[in-house]
Amino acid sequence: MSTATPVRDTPTRSGPPAARNIDHAELGLAALLLGVGALVVYDASRLSTTLVQTGPVGPKAVPYTVGGMLMVTAVLLAVDVLRGGHGESEAGEDVDLEHGVDWPRLGLLVLLFLGASLAIPYAGFPLSGTALFWGATVVLGGRRWLWDPVIAAGVSFGSYLVFTHSLGIALPAGVLQGVL
Amino acid sequence: MDSLTALLDGFATALQPIYLLYALVGVVLGTVVGVLPGIGPAMAVALLLPVTFTLEPTAALIMFAGIYYGGMYGGSTTSILLNTPGESSTVMTAIEGNKMAKRGRGPQALATAAVGSFVAGTIATALLVFAAPAVVALAVNLGANDYFAIMVFAFLAVTSVLGASVIRGLAALLLGLTIGLVGIDPITGQPRLTFGLLELADGIDIVLVAVGLFALGEALWIAAHLRRAPVQVIPAGRPWMSREDWSRSWRPWLRGAGLGFPFGAMPAGGAEIPTFLSYVTERRLARNRGEFGHGAIEGVAGPEAANNASAAGTLVPLLALGLPTSAIAAVMLAAFQTYGMEPGPQLFSSEPKLVWGLIASLFIGNAMLLLLNLPLAPLWARLLCIPRPYLYAGILFFSVLGAYSVNATVVDLLVLLAVGVLGYLMRRFGLPVVPAILGVILGPMAERQLRTALEITNGDPVGLVNSPVAVGVYALIGLLLLWNLLGRRLLSRR
Repeated sequence: MSTATPVRDTPTRSGPPAARNIDHAELGLAALLLGVGALVVYDASRLSTTLVQTGPVGPKAVPYTVGGMLMVTAVLLAVDVLRGGHGESEAGEDVDLEHGVDWPRLGLLVLLFLGASLAIPYAGFPLSGTALFWGATVVLGGRRWLWDPVIAAGVSFGSYLVFTHSLGIALPAGVLQGVL
Repeated sequence: MDSLTALLDGFATALQPIYLLYALVGVVLGTVVGVLPGIGPAMAVALLLPVTFTLEPTAALIMFAGIYYGGMYGGSTTSILLNTPGESSTVMTAIEGNKMAKRGRGPQALATAAVGSFVAGTIATALLVFAAPAVVALAVNLGANDYFAIMVFAFLAVTSVLGASVIRGLAALLLGLTIGLVGIDPITGQPRLTFGLLELADGIDIVLVAVGLFALGEALWIAAHLRRAPVQVIPAGRPWMSREDWSRSWRPWLRGAGLGFPFGAMPAGGAEIPTFLSYVTERRLARNRGEFGHGAIEGVAGPEAANNASAAGTLVPLLALGLPTSAIAAVMLAAFQTYGMEPGPQLFSSEPKLVWGLIASLFIGNAMLLLLNLPLAPLWARLLCIPRPYLYAGILFFSVLGAYSVNATVVDLLVLLAVGVLGYLMRRFGLPVVPAILGVILGPMAERQLRTALEITNGDPVGLVNSPVAVGVYALIGLLLLWNLLGRRLLSRR
């Protein structure tokens, strides 16, 4: 399930740090948290409180707290990582953590997502959705060259018809305007 | 007695054919997503949020509750017939359940899970009928300072109890709070973290956050690590139990229900802890302890009952206080908010038809699930063999469809992708998702309560603690922090 949490396993903090593998990507995560925290604090500092302040707690207090805690957490995380702690990647029914990340597949999926998203206003939802579904099927290893596009078109056009006709949620038809 | 009259009225609502239909749709969908690998009830409800904008609130919430309960039933099928537990709530079921299936006792494992879920779900829903109004009676007197204290407690409990690392839980919570800050400050009208973008002025839509964290993030994560070998599904026939299986199961069911309900009602993330406690309890109490680890039916009956009872327990704070304690409760709270309703003490007086109709539909949904899951288990099991390319391509497709149908802008899809990448990174680095979604949803509510509380005392911080309830909650928070600082260290020393 999507809410699966890492398997309970207290990271051991003993032992010399040099003897452990330090995941440098986790230090990158700490840097990211630090950056987000700094951004939140900077953004809050730009708010003007004199103009329309109502009540004793202005709009700055909570962002300052959240941003400050983010920066503190970033430092604590970096210390934890340097002392050998590490985050447990999420497991799942279809997840195989023994092999590395399939970067080409991940990159292609993100590109497909971006391409289909940007195409929706022009090509319309039914065609963009078909391209997204079919493309993702192929990227994920689908090899039924006849059925894959048929299923993709069926799902996409079917959803379009249900949304626009039964649910009353407008989706753009794009180039198929007038046909559907 | 008031509760019983209200419940009868609720049945009058829930038994109307149209609501029965939505309950049926909900439990079938819930069972499907529970069985399907990679999808859980929280993701299903998140993906359905935009579709249900056009539905009537009662119908939508009855369907969501059906998905919640159905997901619990379906999840047990997966954990028994596949040897990899997928959902955190069924990890314990998988230990004995999978061993039973391998020994050819799959039908008995499925049966005790389904009947136990029904028994515990019904008991826990009955407890909900009485507990929720009692909590409401207490909650009507709560002030802004009390709510703020309770929310801080929820944040800390979810952060420190779930997952392996407190630091990572805290990081997840703070990232969620940051997302919740985006948009115009409702009190002073000042834009926060919008970077001058008009599209962000209303904040990041909760649908985008939920779909991004639960659906897109999960799909990207699985796609990057998709298993190469096909999964091994253990074939199982129709569920049935012998007389001995029944006599070994009923006590674990009741104990599981007793553990699941109170833990579900606490802000500690739903079913993970009670299922674990139930498993440990049953192993200790079992007459034939040697069978544990080789497929003991008690080890399936107890955790599965606890799992379902915790679902009903989760609804107590959600309905009576507006406080979500698990991922799906958080998404359901978002559903209430999109209908302009605030769950909490007022909801019971302002929307009695909805609240009691929802509770009555839980009884009905449980009965439907028993009928659906006993005879049809082999059919559901076939879902486990669905070709993975279609499954995950489908999640991507429905993420785009759901996110786009909210406002029909491409900007939303770019925001969705950003949240999806965040969801991927959280799974990669072991940051739990539940604190993040709670931060997004409860963060703005907590800030409002904080500012209201301090406004009353004109900024004097005494305004936060001048109530016995708030003081009590802060004392609990202190104990929690102390346990985290000292208890964990003592445990790891040993």
